[in-house]
Amino acid sequence: MTTRREAIKTAARLLVLTPAAVAYFERPTSADAPAESKYDMAKHWWAMSIDIEKCIGCGNCVRGCANENAVPRGYFRTWVERYQAPAYPDEDHPEVDSPDGAFNGFPEKKKDNAKSFFVPKLCNQCAHSPCVQVCPVGATFETPDGLVLVDQTYCLGCRYCVQACPYGCRYIHPEKQTVDKCTFCYHRISKGLVTACVEVCPTGARTLADLKDPKDPIHAFLRDNPVQVLKPHMATGAKVYYKSLDESVR
Amino acid sequence: MKEAVHLVRLAALFAAGFVAFLVIRQMVVPAGFGKYGHFRAGALDDIRARPISYAGHGTCEACHDDQHNVLAKGKHAQVSCEACHGPQNRHAEEPDKVKPVLPDTRVLCASCHESNSAKPKKFPQVVASDHSGGEPCKSCHVPHNPKLSTEKGQ
Repeated sequence: MTTRREAIKTAARLLVLTPAAVAYFERPTSADAPAESKYDMAKHWWAMSIDIEKCIGCGNCVRGCANENAVPRGYFRTWVERYQAPAYPDEDHPEVDSPDGAFNGFPEKKKDNAKSFFVPKLCNQCAHSPCVQVCPVGATFETPDGLVLVDQTYCLGCRYCVQACPYGCRYIHPEKQTVDKCTFCYHRISKGLVTACVEVCPTGARTLADLKDPKDPIHAFLRDNPVQVLKPHMATGAKVYYKSLDESVR
Repeated sequence: MKEAVHLVRLAALFAAGFVAFLVIRQMVVPAGFGKYGHFRAGALDDIRARPISYAGHGTCEACHDDQHNVLAKGKHAQVSCEACHGPQNRHAEEPDKVKPVLPDTRVLCASCHESNSAKPKKFPQVVASDHSGGEPCKSCHVPHNPKLSTEKGQ
């Protein structure tokens, strides 16, 4: 005779078994064991420092990035903007241009009585990224070493993340129809190289940094300079640190 | 006993549903999903496996240390090789088969040193048409150490 009590007991046993079953199915198998490599994600936390006073707007980074990552022409993983901020009282309304993303540098454009400078831009590799929060399928994610990457085989191309990125760093690849963005040249930095844009920057305006490396010059850079990230009020945990960033920069 | 029969039926239905859930889950969730977070762990290896096109100045210096020694003494010391010579990983892998082409200094030098009002004031700039009148920069300057021999500090 099965009493109600026994039926509840059986149900409770089944409930207890559920996590065990899940654990069984999620057990590590040889298929997803990490490939043999010396790169240890737990030992890195990638960032970049950019010195506005060194940027000459040559566009070498834009061309280098396109070469390295086969970025289709007209789309940009990194680009450079020219700011021309007029004098008081219009200093909050700068004129910003970026002809062809600065792929061919900047033609001269004189603006009298204006503060002019270049601002290189790229994915800020946010620690609390809005783009990751909106992805419905887990195709864009934050890695244990502090990058925001895209799983090209998993992305639906829904464009939620393109809208969510406050920095405009994402685009839909015209052929793959999936989202594409700066990876901080993950295929390079995991081999001990620097990103393509840092490698080809002739003035050293950009520097790749590893915040988990106590010997990295980034620590002195952050300590000794007035440093700002873009749109700090959005609390994205941006990790591209700008030195000498003007308040007119958005 | 009679009352229990429909409980058993219900339990069987739930069990079947649970098994179906596990089977479907196993089929649709890719391997490694959830290992580091809400994503497929294999995506990291996919991205890391992409080919490089810039070899990095360390690779260049391994063979071309003579050029590096000249470069290191001049104003262009911090400029890496591929900033001017372009991506050379294929050359680094097959030095005999793939030969780099020297860039045209009239275009190359101007891409940094052409005068522009938005450039930092301390950065050396010229209006190339006034400065050289179309003459290639390397007629006077050595790109790896661009100071003229008549200038101070040489």
